Amino acid sequence: MEKYSGFGLFTHSLSCHENWQRVWRNPQPKKKYDVIIVGGGGHGLATAYYLAKVHNITNVAVVEKGYLGGGNTARNTTIVRSNYLWDESAHLYEHAMKLWEGLSQDLNYNVMFSQRGVLNLGHTLQDMRDIERRVNANRLNGIDGEVLDAKQIQELVPAMDCSANTRYPVMGASWQPRAGVARHDAVAWGYARAADALGVDLIQQCEVVDIVTEDGAAVGVETKQYGTIKADRVGCVVAGNSGVLAKMAGFRLPLESHPLQALVSEPIKPVLDTVVMSNHVHGYISQSDKGDLVIGAGIDGYNGYGQRGSYPTIEHTVQAIMELFPIFSRVRMNRQWGGIVDTCPDACPIISATPVENLFFNCGWGTGGFKATPGSGHVFAATLAQGEASKLAKPFSMFRFYDGSLIDEHGAAGVAH
Amino acid sequence: MFHIYCPHCEDHREEEEFHASGEAHIPRPLDPQSCSDEEWGEYLYFRKNPRGLHHELWVHAVGCRKFFNITRDTVTYEIKEVYKVGEKPSVTSSEKNQ
Ligand SMILES: Cc1cc2nc3c(=O)[nH]c(=O)nc-3n(C[C@H](O)[C@H](O)[C@H](O)COP(=O)(O)OP(=O)(O)OC[C@H]3O[C@@H](n4cnc5c(N)ncnc54)[C@H](O)[C@@H]3O)c2cc1C
Ligand SMILES: [Zn+2]
Repeated sequence: MEKYSGFGLFTHSLSCHENWQRVWRNPQPKKKYDVIIVGGGGHGLATAYYLAKVHNITNVAVVEKGYLGGGNTARNTTIVRSNYLWDESAHLYEHAMKLWEGLSQDLNYNVMFSQRGVLNLGHTLQDMRDIERRVNANRLNGIDGEVLDAKQIQELVPAMDCSANTRYPVMGASWQPRAGVARHDAVAWGYARAADALGVDLIQQCEVVDIVTEDGAAVGVETKQYGTIKADRVGCVVAGNSGVLAKMAGFRLPLESHPLQALVSEPIKPVLDTVVMSNHVHGYISQSDKGDLVIGAGIDGYNGYGQRGSYPTIEHTVQAIMELFPIFSRVRMNRQWGGIVDTCPDACPIISATPVENLFFNCGWGTGGFKATPGSGHVFAATLAQGEASKLAKPFSMFRFYDGSLIDEHGAAGVAH
Repeated sequence: MFHIYCPHCEDHREEEEFHASGEAHIPRPLDPQSCSDEEWGEYLYFRKNPRGLHHELWVHAVGCRKFFNITRDTVTYEIKEVYKVGEKPSVTSSEKNQ
């Protein structure tokens, strides 16, 4: 693999940037792999990378029905934070945060991770009680966090209306300085390139249509384009399509797939240098390096696989943003889109063995899995390598919905993404 | 944006008046005391979540506030039929496990 560097940029400029190496190979699938990862989103690619790098398992294929990163990975609003309430999730997301902090160096790929801080606003007394509880829990878990009052928030975000004159005045917020944003598709591409360099086969335009089993154990996948590809272990990381893959294997998951929409404005001059989220008025916003305002909110309430939602949801989203930032009322929106998120009843992921031996699922990240990409891949790789859940993954078994040990992050962690 | 026919109001109304309440036809366990953890878990949390035809419960939340069922395609979002609670869907999928 050609190493990227400032010097490389300079030397390539001498040949008008016409001689860059391809970023990854486009191999034909082999007949058999040690591990097949279904789904070439950020989580699947990260899993493949850590399997090769940490566990030395390089006979690995990632099979993707479309193109790498074309699912939720490149549709999300890129908020990265780790201030979750419960120990189990806090540890998992903080594990990811630590990996984010060295990721560009590790991958030799600039993922533009920007620790510009995230504010989770409170607008009611109960919001503020929850925020204090969560920040205290975070600090006990070694995760940075502070409780700010309206005046401190106004200093951080001059463009926001923190006055008492609004319908839902801002009373305070939790503030995680190490949180921020990253460039989503660079994350997919960076992991893909690094995994490919370690020998992982990235097979695009290859749709899995069945899980091949023998005596109740998975032995490979049936694909539309390349027929059967065998594997000792199969890991499914297909986000909104997890239910479809589970059905192929003959079981159900505690998941429902919903559209989640986002939108961006025309580019404007720098006005917002942090991330603002509000569960109460229900919207969140940041500004990208290009200058567009990146805006999102909640899911569409119905099940859907159509990668689009309804206009009322967008309208509510924009209303919430207007409530916080009247200054943006004349900004025009440029693009709007949807992804299919796999929502779990307790708003926590599933990283788990399944009723089918040698078949593992990493799913249920719903509206908030981008931030976990490195951590998710890291623990899922360990799970696939060992054939059983790694320590951080253990609480996230799908069987927690049988024994009742749910990890209730709904609301508690300001769970909007 | 859906335009939904409420079988109780006998009128088409905009999506915003309604609330989707998830998969329909999930029978409550007849003898709850004798259910295993698996049976309770399946009842409470596990769903078909099909890519394709879905029989689902909706409520006319800011209208008559009554529940009814819809058969809808979760990919095209097309509403195939609307029917009352207690009635059976007439549009069904031929796939196994549906
Ligand atoms: C609008 C929106 C905003 C979001 N905002 C945030 C945010 O701000 N912060 C945050 O942390 N998270 C956010 N999320 C959630 C986040 O995007 C996801 O949790 C995360 O990206 C999931 O990554 P993944 O790799 O598991 O899934 P994906 O990127 O969706 O990858 C799954 C892949 O599997 C492939 N696939 C599916 N079926 C098959 C098959 N049969 N065979 C082969 N391949 C298959 C798909 O084509 C897809 O490429 C947001 C999501 C959306 C939609
Ligand atoms: Zn009605």
